[in-house]
Amino acid sequence: MVMIRAFLLSLLLLLSACDHAVNNSPYPATDKQVNTLYSSFEERPKHLDPALSYSSNESEIIAQIYEPPLQYHYLKRPYTLIPQTLTAMPSVRYLDAAGRVLPDDAPLASIAQSVYELHLRPGIYYQPHPAFARNPQGQLRYAHLTAADWADIHDWRDFKQVGTRELVAADYVYQIRRLASPQLNSPIFGVMAEYIVGLADYSKQLLAVPNATYLDLTRYPLAGVELVNRYTYRIHIRGKYPQFSYWLAMPFFAPVPPEVDAFYHQPGMVAHNFTLDWHPVGTGAYQLTVNDPNRQMVLTRNPNYHPAFYPSDGNEGDAAAGLLRDAGKRLPFIDAQVFSLEKESIPYWNKFLQGYYDLSGISSDSFDQAVELNAQGNPELTPAMRAQGMSLVTAVTASNSYMGFNMLDNVVGGLSERARKLRLAIAIAVDYEEFISIFANGRGIPAQGPIPPGIFGYQDGVQGMNPLVYQNNNGKITRRPIADAQGLLAEAGYPNGRDAKTGAPLVLYFDTAANGPDAKSRLDWMVKQFAKLNIQLVIRGTDYNRFQDKMRRGNAQIFEWGWNADYPDPENFLFLLYGANGKVAHGGENAANYQNPQFDALFDQMKYLDNTPARLAIINQMLALVREDSPWLFGYFPKAFSLRQAWVAPTKPNVIANNTLKYRKIDPVLREKLREKWNQPVLLPLFWLAIVSVILILPALWAWRRHERSRAL
Amino acid sequence: MMPVVLWTDALIYLLVISMALMLYFQPADGQLREALRRLYQNKMGIITGWILLMFTLLALLDSLHYRPVLPDSPTPQYSIEVMSALDAVLQPLRAHNEKTYSAPLAQHLYVKENVTLANGLVVRDYPRLNIAQTPQPEVSVLLLRGTSWGMAAILLIWLVMRLFHVRHTMGAGSWVLIIVLLGTMLLISLAGHYHILGTDKVGQDVLYSTLKSIRTGLLIGTLTTLIMLPFAVLMGISAGYFGGWLDDVIQYIYTTLNAIPSVLLIAAAVLMMQVYIETHPALFDSSAARTDFRLLFLCIIIGVTNWTGLCRLLRGETLKLRELDYVQAARAFAVSDMRIMLRHILPNLFHLILISVVMDFSGLVLAEAVLSYVGVGVDPAMQSWGNMINAARLEMAREPVVWWPLVAAFSFMFTLVLAANLFADSVRDAFDPKGHA
Amino acid sequence: MMAYLLRRLRDAIPILLGVNLLTFTLFFVVNTPDDMAHMHLGAKHVTPQAVAQWKTEHGYDLPLFYNSAHTDIDSVTDTIFFNKSLRMFALDFGAADDGRDIANEIKTRAGPSLAIAVPVFILGLLVNISFALMMVFFRHTYLDGLGVVLAVVLMSISGLFYIIAGQFFIAKLWHWLPISGFATGIDAWRFVLLPVLISVVGGIGSGTRWYRSIFLAEIGKDYVRTARAKGLSESRILFRHVLQNGMIPILTGAVVVLPLLFMGSLLTESFFGIPGLGSYVIDAIQAQDFAIVRAMVFIGAVLYLVGLWLTDIAYSWADPRVRLS
Repeated sequence: MVMIRAFLLSLLLLLSACDHAVNNSPYPATDKQVNTLYSSFEERPKHLDPALSYSSNESEIIAQIYEPPLQYHYLKRPYTLIPQTLTAMPSVRYLDAAGRVLPDDAPLASIAQSVYELHLRPGIYYQPHPAFARNPQGQLRYAHLTAADWADIHDWRDFKQVGTRELVAADYVYQIRRLASPQLNSPIFGVMAEYIVGLADYSKQLLAVPNATYLDLTRYPLAGVELVNRYTYRIHIRGKYPQFSYWLAMPFFAPVPPEVDAFYHQPGMVAHNFTLDWHPVGTGAYQLTVNDPNRQMVLTRNPNYHPAFYPSDGNEGDAAAGLLRDAGKRLPFIDAQVFSLEKESIPYWNKFLQGYYDLSGISSDSFDQAVELNAQGNPELTPAMRAQGMSLVTAVTASNSYMGFNMLDNVVGGLSERARKLRLAIAIAVDYEEFISIFANGRGIPAQGPIPPGIFGYQDGVQGMNPLVYQNNNGKITRRPIADAQGLLAEAGYPNGRDAKTGAPLVLYFDTAANGPDAKSRLDWMVKQFAKLNIQLVIRGTDYNRFQDKMRRGNAQIFEWGWNADYPDPENFLFLLYGANGKVAHGGENAANYQNPQFDALFDQMKYLDNTPARLAIINQMLALVREDSPWLFGYFPKAFSLRQAWVAPTKPNVIANNTLKYRKIDPVLREKLREKWNQPVLLPLFWLAIVSVILILPALWAWRRHERSRAL
Repeated sequence: MMPVVLWTDALIYLLVISMALMLYFQPADGQLREALRRLYQNKMGIITGWILLMFTLLALLDSLHYRPVLPDSPTPQYSIEVMSALDAVLQPLRAHNEKTYSAPLAQHLYVKENVTLANGLVVRDYPRLNIAQTPQPEVSVLLLRGTSWGMAAILLIWLVMRLFHVRHTMGAGSWVLIIVLLGTMLLISLAGHYHILGTDKVGQDVLYSTLKSIRTGLLIGTLTTLIMLPFAVLMGISAGYFGGWLDDVIQYIYTTLNAIPSVLLIAAAVLMMQVYIETHPALFDSSAARTDFRLLFLCIIIGVTNWTGLCRLLRGETLKLRELDYVQAARAFAVSDMRIMLRHILPNLFHLILISVVMDFSGLVLAEAVLSYVGVGVDPAMQSWGNMINAARLEMAREPVVWWPLVAAFSFMFTLVLAANLFADSVRDAFDPKGHA
Repeated sequence: MMAYLLRRLRDAIPILLGVNLLTFTLFFVVNTPDDMAHMHLGAKHVTPQAVAQWKTEHGYDLPLFYNSAHTDIDSVTDTIFFNKSLRMFALDFGAADDGRDIANEIKTRAGPSLAIAVPVFILGLLVNISFALMMVFFRHTYLDGLGVVLAVVLMSISGLFYIIAGQFFIAKLWHWLPISGFATGIDAWRFVLLPVLISVVGGIGSGTRWYRSIFLAEIGKDYVRTARAKGLSESRILFRHVLQNGMIPILTGAVVVLPLLFMGSLLTESFFGIPGLGSYVIDAIQAQDFAIVRAMVFIGAVLYLVGLWLTDIAYSWADPRVRLS
């Protein structure tokens, strides 16, 4: 008890010592009123190398650093590509097999190559970096590190000298070569090898090069990508591939200076964790200055950032929403963004409420506190949140979350009438409206097909309804009654969930890698859905690796899967059902292994079209086919809700582009004021604790003294 | 119906039967009888013993599995879903599902939904629960009703006992029984009208899942030590008795096993088992078989990390016993080693083994929750307190807080572990009256 | 002493070898190199070629234990087991499957782990011993009975509960301390305080009970009776003699866990976002990064053995009759 009292006393002292009270800030006391945006990351990014990075949590960081030639307009919808480091949009020329230039409207069959010509803006410089540092003789300072140099280098900051260099077209060319490097295994190599002329052969050529720690790609030219002059380069694409422009807005096509790559490949670099994968080098608005993936990553303003300005044109309503107030101002506004590691949702959400994070995605379980749906079913903030001055931003993400049937399975798979009806029956029974309301708290739209809103081909309302699962009740779309599903199931040969011939119950298997706090309730829910049809669902839960393996081998029966758009084009969603992308047969992204020749033929047509009514007609035919065959339960399109604290200026949600940090703005003074107001410590419990311990101890002391006295007698 | 015997069912009944046999065939003047007598005089031992017995009965009831027969079928067909006797008893709890969360004893859902009023107007409100579509009797009425049922039952038992001239003095045990009887009656009277502990995210009754979790907790607590017990005893005694190279080998084995951080060993083994399940899908055709195998395997692997302590203890004791006069004498008379170990050494170690089994129990029940948190515990589809606590991590971040699943899991777990801890103390006192102040 | 250490070192080698062999076998049954490649290459657009290249790149394209392509010593050394496992005896942990250097990572993470584990150990020892002494001191009053019951109750509560409740009240409701996170340097105390407090409270139950029984055993010994007969006051007996003699079993018992403090605590670190070795292990298990798990198992085993030696040495130091043999 003495200990406890002493401890409490010291605690009290500590608390009162910092008398302006706020003691629970997770940031250093010196960080008050800085122009910094605070956010979090859930797991450490695996790759920050633009040739490797392919996850949304990684792009959140590297999109601020690397500048691919194109970017999406911040405000315009539908999403529009604009130049980022180019003087103008790339020009495209079509060539025939003999290399002659064809007119723009040349028939598809005659086009052998498309040539994209990109012209850079001069005067763009890289962030300060030791790889560019030069000694007085003009040689690269850190290009040939010796053992003596390493004796003084332990930390990134030990590279005392930094330098910069102008961005040139060769850097872009170098990065495209890196995509083929066998040392890197870029995830898009497989896709790009089909399109960029000579890329596949290039990779084979590199494989033949004897293994060395550093493969100097400047020495191996790539036929399909030619360097025209200091600021201009050309990319040759096989045939016609209109979607290629979208790829040019992804970090895969960002510039990487060869000397930086060489710098990181010096002996000793890896042992210090100095790799391009961890210390990115770009021309973007920000640079990564602190990179401690166990705790914190910090992006700070790139002092060499080229002039870039807030857009002055947008969609209708943008001006009213306050989105044009900074029109024409120089970017960026914020000095730094701090990402703190936050693995658990409870601390994350509480810190947000305490004002220590500026923006928050709302996890499903905090939803009730933050948002309520009004009688019209539209979300609005709860009074408590409004009192804190927060505002709500919603956007439907360019992704889908579906439940797939393995079409190779002999119970649920195949295009036979029996299997088709079985799948349709399940499609009606699994109530995604309920799923969205329980597990996503209404943050989703039940999907009528594979294409999410905001992407060409999505149709709203009755027009876009899936008539086999839903019905039109006076303009209101409702799920078909369970009786329809039971009817279909009977037609499929399983009346009341039992085999019509043997009477054996129909048993289906749900394969999942679900793990984590929510897993059990989700699985329970899923079993409940199938039980509506008396189908017995057996959960085959396993770890992620095993699950992936099962998918590759086609041993799964029913599974959940999702897709995040690479770019805003229906092709990027419909290709998930394209036969030649079958997961088992071709290792592609068609996880359901769906193969319908009619669909495939339509896909081949649709792919090359611009967004015209003709394209829409084809897409509608394709959707009708998939709805009929029902290889997926289309599931739902997740909606992203995010909360913005009172001190954060309005932003427009952008579900495709990631390089949006430069448009953000905050008011640090207001933030500091509110944080202090919200975080006054409650000291009363300490007082009670002290009283309780005294009450406990005093009688004991008294009793003991009496005992001592009685012994003394 | 078709009875189904899962691996853990078989083991738990084997355990119960062997314990019954052991108690029945014990020597009349043996150490065990003496200890039991002392245990029976210890009030704490009696109370906690009865509580543990109640938990055990629920777990045993939950270990009688069967597949219900499906109606209207030419040839008998069985459901793939494996049920237990406890499920049948708790059918009212199982049957009443809600859509999502509802608070204990609530009549409305915990979240607002669009509710269409009689006049066709749509408002956001808390909808009525399925179980309370019509207004239900007041809780106090039900409590009263339950209490009177309980009183009546007690009176009945008392009358029957008087009638047959059974002499009985009221001890601590009787009071526990009376309280349990009353409590059960209260639960029965409430359960038909309310979700006593509320419902979880997908609307299942929390009381039901908590009761179902008892079996998981108890199995982990007992099977884990008992599966590895034969090895620990055999190796510990032979290492101490024979010494020499055998001793070296056994010491090597347990030092090596001990040196591996146990969480890592468990994680590796659990992942390995998943590979086995995936590669042999024919053996695990139902959810019950899969979850049961994972539970059994978890018990084995925790056992592997745990048995070394006991083994080392037994080795040390055997080393001492080996030097005792009567053992030396038996050796001099060329009694076989096997006989010496069985007759002279094992009985003298018996109390150590028993104490260690009882002492380990509570730690293992608590460990289950931690392993589930790390992601290498029981199957996510299995009902267990660990899984409930794991899910509660998200529920605690909600506002208003969904506290009841967490509180239910923690309090049941706490009751079991507290009872086990106190019982373990009593057992230790009973077997080792001098060794413990 | 020197001879003792050398012999112990010799004994350690087969044990460490056994540990390596066991973990190695377990993990490779679980995760074929193909699995690892897929895991690390991500979910989108993975080609078989990329998988093969990843394996070559990370040295997983060799046979497990025996390379029949060679006839000389290389048939044993040019294998995954030799390259990945036996190298660790030279403290060469290599790179994790995600490419980060493991030794470097362990170096940076040891600090935060120790920042939690050492205060928990010392404070826990102090608090538990004071409580135990207090209970022995007041053993004729209700406080002892209350204390014993309280200790059993405390140790029957799941450790997860302490953490959840602690975060909820202290950080969320009362705003005393940050709810989670970590900082380097002097600012770290604000982040360390809550996890340390919770861990110490969580350990009070079993610790106090254990130490109490040690002191009670000590107090029943003859020398205490003699001292009492000599008229020494009860408090003097307790704090001078009983405490001093009782400390021997307590400290020798505590020495064995001393090296393992280095490994950090799995639960506390991951709940409080402490970037230590405990959360490193959890992350590695969840990401199934075999290289890290292997290295951590090896280090754990070495530390465990060191703990055993320290115990031996502590015994011989505390009780001169015990020789290091």
